[in-house]
Amino acid sequence: MARVLPLPRHTLSLVVENRPGVLARVSSTLARRGFNIHSLAVGPTIDPGLSRITVVVESEKVEQVKKQLHKLINVVKIFELEPSKAVERETMLIRISAMGTSRTEAIEVANIFKANVVDVGFNTLTFEVTGKPAKLNDLIELLRPFGVVELVKSGRIAIGRAAKSKPSRMRAVG
Amino acid sequence: MEASRKPPTMTKITGAQSIISSLEHEGVDLIFGIPGGAILPAYDPLYFSPIRHVMARHEQGAGHMAAGYAWATGRVGVCMATSGPGATNLVTPLADALMDSVPMVAITGQVPTHAVGNDAFQEAYTIGITMPATKHNYFVTDPDDIPTVVHQAFHLASSGRPGPVLIDLPKDVLNQETEWRPPEDLDLPGYKPTMDGHPRRVKEAIEMLARSERPVLYVGGGIIKAEASEALTRFAEMANIPVVTTLMGRGAISDDHPLCLGMPGMHGNYTAITSMQKCDVLLAVGVRFDDRVTGDPQHFAVDAKVIHADIDPAEIGKVRQPDIPIVADARRVLNQFVKAWGDRPALANQEWIDTLRGWQDEYPLFYDQQPDGPIKPQFIIEELARLTGGDAILVAGVGQHQMWASQFWKFDQPRRWINSGGLGTMGFAVPAAIGAKAGMPDELVYAVDGDGCFQMTFQELIVASAYKIPVKVVVFNNDAHGMVKQWQKLFYGSRLSSSLLNSEVVDYVKLAEGMGCIGLRAEAPEEVEPTLEKSLSIDDRPVVVEMVVDREEMVFPMVPAGGSNDQVILGPDSGD
Ligand SMILES: Cc1ncc(C[n+]2csc(CCOP(=O)(O)OP(=O)(O)O)c2C)c(N)n1
Repeated sequence: MARVLPLPRHTLSLVVENRPGVLARVSSTLARRGFNIHSLAVGPTIDPGLSRITVVVESEKVEQVKKQLHKLINVVKIFELEPSKAVERETMLIRISAMGTSRTEAIEVANIFKANVVDVGFNTLTFEVTGKPAKLNDLIELLRPFGVVELVKSGRIAIGRAAKSKPSRMRAVG
Repeated sequence: MEASRKPPTMTKITGAQSIISSLEHEGVDLIFGIPGGAILPAYDPLYFSPIRHVMARHEQGAGHMAAGYAWATGRVGVCMATSGPGATNLVTPLADALMDSVPMVAITGQVPTHAVGNDAFQEAYTIGITMPATKHNYFVTDPDDIPTVVHQAFHLASSGRPGPVLIDLPKDVLNQETEWRPPEDLDLPGYKPTMDGHPRRVKEAIEMLARSERPVLYVGGGIIKAEASEALTRFAEMANIPVVTTLMGRGAISDDHPLCLGMPGMHGNYTAITSMQKCDVLLAVGVRFDDRVTGDPQHFAVDAKVIHADIDPAEIGKVRQPDIPIVADARRVLNQFVKAWGDRPALANQEWIDTLRGWQDEYPLFYDQQPDGPIKPQFIIEELARLTGGDAILVAGVGQHQMWASQFWKFDQPRRWINSGGLGTMGFAVPAAIGAKAGMPDELVYAVDGDGCFQMTFQELIVASAYKIPVKVVVFNNDAHGMVKQWQKLFYGSRLSSSLLNSEVVDYVKLAEGMGCIGLRAEAPEEVEPTLEKSLSIDDRPVVVEMVVDREEMVFPMVPAGGSNDQVILGPDSGD
């Protein structure tokens, strides 16, 4: 098979009207226009009329992605969050095989990543960890030798970083 | 308005009555549709309404009728269908209207709310199926919402970049009690079309144009939708810029205007195509750089700086990154251009204009009608234009006949040319012509149809007869899906795989008569004029004119799909 170069990833934050079918409209638009979804997370906002969708798309034409999504009547706003100007987080639940001494070894590794044990089975351990996507991937690599039984990720959520100094003129941010 | 006619104490009505009252409130005078179980409650109040209902014979027909009505009148076309198969039959006209930005509202019945999701009788997931075929759609769960939903639907359909909007109404919602209240004010936080071009961009555009030596205006359906013809003609004249009109934009500026170069694209004329290839500034307004216009985009207008103005931001940069992007309504932005041009003199671009004239003289559209040869399809278009004085609404199907109609008719106004451009929907012509005639009863409406297209939707002529909508349909009988046959002849070694139509088993005159129409036939060139004259003289019944045409005629010029617009094949013998 021909090697396919990975497409650049972009984190888009959508403010949408909280109506049935909005998620379907967003994902169907992305599928129909041939844009790959890497991850997608959706949840309520402080305003009960609005929801937030954080979607990571893989595309060379991110402007087109944004414009096509903007055409959806229920999409109110779209921001692209640049990794350097945003806090990005993902939560992961990872279950590995671990018995006897390997349990303590695994827990030591997990501690470094501030991962918590959330379930202990007869021959498994399950950790919960939140962090930057890259950090989660590092932890996966370190736990891989134990044998990963199951892995669940939340999909990325992100928020733009706030100004670090008082701006000369205060302006409302759209 | 409607509210003031209601008694002060709100009377209880049903959801069905509310939908009909809401349509009346929006000014609807005509609906095209077919009733069935789930939508039946809405047909009962329709019985008492001043709104006229035309019962199509297939929901696809109803949808294209609504489109034809919208094209001809500029108003929103309305169609109605039942759940399940009624709604799925509407999918083609919805997709067609979305592609060609036709303002339409479709009302569909749905199984009762409690049955939704259970594979109930005649249940289809209409909202899901039509999501990518509409500008927006609504699933109504509370009858109190009906007036506001209908109001929003009409607003969305007709504003910004127009398009089809669907409202899906479960049967129990139609039967529940509600009150009719005037719709709430529009509250669409995610929908705010930009109408005026950014003044700085407009200024930059004017400066770029003022410096240009070989400018071309490339205009399309957006001009028609925005009623921008006057502004376009005015600006083109002020600045002295030649104009190409795409298949969707024919009539945006009169074909008789000295600056009008006609249609570009796959079957455009040499001058229109080449003017874009050689221009230094391309001012694109209300167009979307469709592949049928640009050919291979890598080879399209490579040396041109592009100014692209469109109401839909997503069209800007989708195919070609413009040097100056302008999001705006076509009429507003052209008026801004007029103002910004001010009292500058017209461009001194006589050399460019002379070059274009030279090409026009050297490479005109042509065909060869021999007096004793078979009828050439192009000859019929020219004869029809001559006999009607061009004073008709011309509707076309999809195929060779559509291209000849666009090439050889002289369009002198907008909204006089109706066809399916983006989706290329065979079967469009007959129902669209009926819709156009129903909306504009005083206009002469001619459909030019292929025999293949005709066989997809001719049953709608029964509607034309029954409702006394006297359209005239000229069927080009070339015994083939001619456009397919043309490609097979050019690109598939003349292997005519499933493109012939067995015309020996069809009698179009009898078929017409069997549907209550007058049927006429012409088989030789000298019969064309008298037969068309005859069709013109009949105005109390629909007429079908079968024209037995040259089976081997092909559409030229041609730029093969995906080819470069620098390589225009001018005719069958032009070698390359
Ligand atoms: C619904 C649909 N099916 C198939 C096609 C592909 N197609 C494009 S043109 C054409 C032939 C049209 O034949 P006809 O109506 O006889 O017109 P002609 O080209 O002969 O003028 C076909 C099959 C289409 N455009 N639409």
